[in-house]
Amino acid sequence: MTLRITALVLLSLLVALLFLASLLIGPAALGLKQSIGALLSGEGGPVALVMQEIRLPRALLGLLVGAVLGLSGAAMQGFLRNPLAEPGLVGVSSSAALGAVLSLQTGLAASFALALPLSALAGAALAVLLVLFMAGPHGGALALILAGIAISALAGALTSLVLNLSPNPFAVMEIVYWMMGSLADRSMTHVWLALPFMILGCGLLLATGRGLDALTLGEDAARSMGVDLARLRLLIVLGTASAVGASVAVAGAVGFVGLVMPHLLRPLVGGRPSHLLPLAALGGAAMVLAADIAVRLIAPDQDLKLGVLTALVGAPFFLHLLWRMRGVEA
Amino acid sequence: MLAFPRNSDPLLIAALALWAGAAVAAPPERVVSMNLCTDQLAMLLADPGQLVSISNLALDPLSSAMVDEARAYPINRGGAEQIYLMDPDLVLAGTYTARASVDLLRGLGIEVVQLPPADRLEDVAAHMRQIGAALGHPERGEAMARAFEADLAALGHTGPAATAAMYYPNGYTAGSGTLSDQILSLTGFRNVGAEAGLTGGGILPLERLVMAEPQVVVTSTPYPGASRSEEILAHPALRQLRDGAAQAHVRDADWVCGTPHLLNAIRTMADARAGLDVAP
Repeated sequence: MTLRITALVLLSLLVALLFLASLLIGPAALGLKQSIGALLSGEGGPVALVMQEIRLPRALLGLLVGAVLGLSGAAMQGFLRNPLAEPGLVGVSSSAALGAVLSLQTGLAASFALALPLSALAGAALAVLLVLFMAGPHGGALALILAGIAISALAGALTSLVLNLSPNPFAVMEIVYWMMGSLADRSMTHVWLALPFMILGCGLLLATGRGLDALTLGEDAARSMGVDLARLRLLIVLGTASAVGASVAVAGAVGFVGLVMPHLLRPLVGGRPSHLLPLAALGGAAMVLAADIAVRLIAPDQDLKLGVLTALVGAPFFLHLLWRMRGVEA
Repeated sequence: MLAFPRNSDPLLIAALALWAGAAVAAPPERVVSMNLCTDQLAMLLADPGQLVSISNLALDPLSSAMVDEARAYPINRGGAEQIYLMDPDLVLAGTYTARASVDLLRGLGIEVVQLPPADRLEDVAAHMRQIGAALGHPERGEAMARAFEADLAALGHTGPAATAAMYYPNGYTAGSGTLSDQILSLTGFRNVGAEAGLTGGGILPLERLVMAEPQVVVTSTPYPGASRSEEILAHPALRQLRDGAAQAHVRDADWVCGTPHLLNAIRTMADARAGLDVAP
């Protein structure tokens, strides 16, 4: 109990520090006092423009994208009772990217503002449904991962196809962006576009806490405790699709955040999903903010993709998990 | 600074003389161009019927300054097979385009003249002379080059320089040592990209562009179909910057190649600079 509270406080503090660092780090060398003053007052000409229109949206999106990815990962893992479930690995992110690319290239995104996040949401929802269907109530880790690989490959191939066929010569160069994610040169427009869907998704996912707790005892026990499993599934599908869809629509698919954070933090809450959810959101926010800061420090002028850094941490972690599960599965 | 030394390179003179001599002996009868810039120079300098085919880029209104003229020609896509079947006796190509195709065509015994990109204004007149000579009409190339040089000399700006930046998709800009940089300094601008320390083309982060507060921002026209690369041109920060700065509406197609159309781009920049003096 106290360990959980301590972790919540420390993680919140870490996220706040990283958010501040994200605001203060950038290619234009600005003084600390000058930049914070310009951010708050909106005065100071170009400095205010840089702080309010370039760095603030970037830091906000880092925070939001990380939080929804961590939260979705924890919720999916809780519902499937499978430590390998994660929006990136099971193809939800790449399907959301396909939805976003389709709406951009067909011109739907230009016809009304919400078309972009809604299409990404639709893509994500389809993938979540497919994964839940394929993995089934009793499906093991293998079924889940194989279904995820198939969905990711299909969505990735279709995304590449659509971008290759685009009349825009730059579109084909963006395949990497949609698969790896980046927060470079985002604006407040993107924040406002994604925020409502992210809040909705987080609300739905946080509401699953009690059901997920009961589910740790098994489906029959959960049912006998009065948990409506159909409703729980609906919450997971809509919540994940809305949160991940909005995140991918504005920042591309960033992998492994939802895998790593729930695992690192689960021991702190005694494996209780309802307590893990807020911690995983904070942890995810810290991970993406840190990765986005690293991207800017390592290659300031190169637009290194976020997913590169999260995969550098996440992929070895994933292998480690597989190694540990080897004995259990076989 | 405006007096460009003509034919300062003795090797170039020798090469031109050689070309001219060869051309007099046997002007090519079937010429195929596979590069946007040679397309346009060849259309301007060739005899009717002498130019058999031009590249598909010549029809792209965003890159080509001569779309209407280009419609009269059969189009090629730069593949060696397609070009060989057109039975050319001269192929015009760029030095960077389709290297494998060029090697293959040379291997098949076809003469290929390769034109490097124009990195300096001096290159432009030289390219006009070179293509004129290759087509067997050195006098046309010479006349075009002289007209270009005369127009150029009339467009120079004297007085204090204003700041300007070229800004393209993905935050790409022109640094020092580029044709754009030279056009900016000729027309009375200091290039923000060059002052940021960039040589050649490179990425200028939006933050640094905003901090430099250029007086003129030159951007490109977006292509059809969406791309995230071009989204940066609609970024609120850039929009605010451009609201405060003077606008220069240039046609990208005029900037791309070293042809007489380049003068349109230079005139636009000269007008933009003159506009700054009127309303500081």
